[in-house]
Amino acid sequence: MSGDTILSVDGLSMRFGGIVAVNDLSFDAGRRKITALIGPNGAGKTTVFNCITGFYRPSGGSIALTHDDGRTIQLERLNDFRISKQARVARTFQNIRLFPGMTALENLMVAQHNALMRASGLTFLGLIGAPSWRSAETRAIDLARTWLTRIGLLERADDAAGNLPYGDQRRLEIARAMCTEPALLCLDEPAAGLNARESAALSELLLSIRTELGTSILLIEHDMSVVMEISDHVVVMDYGVKIAEGTPQSVRDDPKVIAAYLGADEEEALAVMESGT
Amino acid sequence: MTASTLEKQPAPRASGAAFILKKATISALVALVLFSLMIGVRTEAGPQGGLIYWTRFGDLAAIVAAVFGGSIVVELLRQWWGPADRVRVVPPVVQNALSLAGRLLAPALLIFTFLVPVIFYDQRYILDLAILVLTYVMLGWGLNVVVGLAGLLDLGYVAFYAVGAYSYALLATNFGLSFWVCLPLAGILAAFWGVLLGFPVLRLRGDYLAIVTLAFGEIIRLVIINWQSLTGGPNGISGIPRPTLFGIPLTPGEDGLAARLGIEFSPTHRIVFLFYLILALALLTNWVTIRLRRLPIGRAWEALREDEVACRALGINTTTTKLTAFATGAMFGGFAGAFFATRQGFISPESFTFQESALVLAIVVLGGMGSQLGVALAALAMIGGFELFRGLDQYRMLVFGIAMVLLMIWRPRGLIGHRAPTVYLERNQAISSDLVKEGHG
Repeated sequence: MSGDTILSVDGLSMRFGGIVAVNDLSFDAGRRKITALIGPNGAGKTTVFNCITGFYRPSGGSIALTHDDGRTIQLERLNDFRISKQARVARTFQNIRLFPGMTALENLMVAQHNALMRASGLTFLGLIGAPSWRSAETRAIDLARTWLTRIGLLERADDAAGNLPYGDQRRLEIARAMCTEPALLCLDEPAAGLNARESAALSELLLSIRTELGTSILLIEHDMSVVMEISDHVVVMDYGVKIAEGTPQSVRDDPKVIAAYLGADEEEALAVMESGT
Repeated sequence: MTASTLEKQPAPRASGAAFILKKATISALVALVLFSLMIGVRTEAGPQGGLIYWTRFGDLAAIVAAVFGGSIVVELLRQWWGPADRVRVVPPVVQNALSLAGRLLAPALLIFTFLVPVIFYDQRYILDLAILVLTYVMLGWGLNVVVGLAGLLDLGYVAFYAVGAYSYALLATNFGLSFWVCLPLAGILAAFWGVLLGFPVLRLRGDYLAIVTLAFGEIIRLVIINWQSLTGGPNGISGIPRPTLFGIPLTPGEDGLAARLGIEFSPTHRIVFLFYLILALALLTNWVTIRLRRLPIGRAWEALREDEVACRALGINTTTTKLTAFATGAMFGGFAGAFFATRQGFISPESFTFQESALVLAIVVLGGMGSQLGVALAALAMIGGFELFRGLDQYRMLVFGIAMVLLMIWRPRGLIGHRAPTVYLERNQAISSDLVKEGHG
């Protein structure tokens, strides 16, 4: 089991005072697979994300991350920046959080902070311009250039991130997360606000991240065309509990899922139905 | 000036004389209400202790008329100038000339600064003023690391200046250590206090951070005043050794520099030496800051200013990042403090009041947060400009205040508001200040 599972969430609960946002949630995310977490608004998806990425400390349950080398890290025991630094879990945000006053290239350089910090000898080697630091910086710029090429933003490398169009900002945020060289990439609604063409490009990017780089992906998404097209596994949440899971096909036909969407929001239910045909 | 901003349609002009007159009348009415008691009635204690008063309606009328006229002039100027968001298309020739001038400004200033002691050798007053300006340039560059780069609002920067000054004064007078040994020690001690301040304020943001740093500055000053046995309290410390040129004193004696070089002694030698000392220290601050900006730590500072949550998601330890910003800024403040002590030869708590913190912060904000050249220009304008208005006596502060208000109207993000990227692939283009965040503590 552990061989093909990268993330194992077991009995996860999150309470805010008397409100139970996530209740006894368990699911697994496969290695080199794309796992989608879907559900109506307010189902607790982003709360699960915040628990996994260390922004919240769960009230109960365990989140285990197993690396390729078999090392297992209990994410609920780490917090804050250590999730990204030690467990190598990267995330993006529902409302884009780039560094708007820095260039696209700089954004990708900041993402390589920990690797560069080591290379610069905690700044001291960098301050005197040691050759080892210079070569590390060149490598970092090369990695950033590779990602800018991959997301088609090489032309705009020196433009401020805040000046980029919305869709480009979304892709840049994903590239920034990937520059931390994560084992697991968590995307919070990456297709929100994108048009059909941009959504298709996004799907392509995510598939290439999974297939070519072998990075596992966990995503929250409302755009069912994206979910159905790229997911290997879908987990459906409603009111903080899991109501279904399985392949995109099986989830789409699950009456409980349809009911959840119908009960919550007619538009979203229609989206599920339509993408089924 | 990008293409997208050029396409912006100019907003319709506010129209007509009626509009201008209405605005001017309102301004005049406000002025009438404000000044009727402040200027219109004058009270004084009479010879018998009773209150006597008399009216000055003539003066009041003059002020209100001035406001009325001034309002019309300002409104006309504004209409002529166009709305604030309108982009004026500057001819490319002028643009190129301006950008060339902008690029040459910093080297020209630097060369001029190096030549100041040569040009003004006989003018002690100008040399002293130049040393003062450079001290504030250095303080501004030091605080710029904390406020401009890391976006942490620090109202107690003078505390580190004081720590540096007292470190040197106490080490030199009690243990006889030389300036060159004390200088790094003063920097290290100030950095240590910077970290100490950093710890309690890590969780605070914005206004709360500002208040705690303000309190920290006051605490240091009060401790210095009250710890009489160590610091001499309000009497301060006198007889602080003057700096030596690597062991050679700048005195008229046998072993002095002048005697060794076989030239006639002049007290100006020491002033010139102090000038180049503070220039070297300031340039060191500048060089280190520019280097740090291009290192991961500097980028992390700027990223922290832009978005702290995103920093955490990228695995950046925000705690150590903030602490290093505080420590680095404090260290430069400590260096400047040690220089201040050795220049004055006497220090007392009076030199380290909140006014100093406010002045340095004003320099950083006025210069454009994060811009090294802007901070230097602002220090020159603030300290030098203040001296320039000395002839105006009691109106000096008034003129100075008006100048600052005008500057903030025309350049709300400081003299140099745009941000230069730390790394680029093809084009090194400045980033508009509209996109750069100020930081939230």
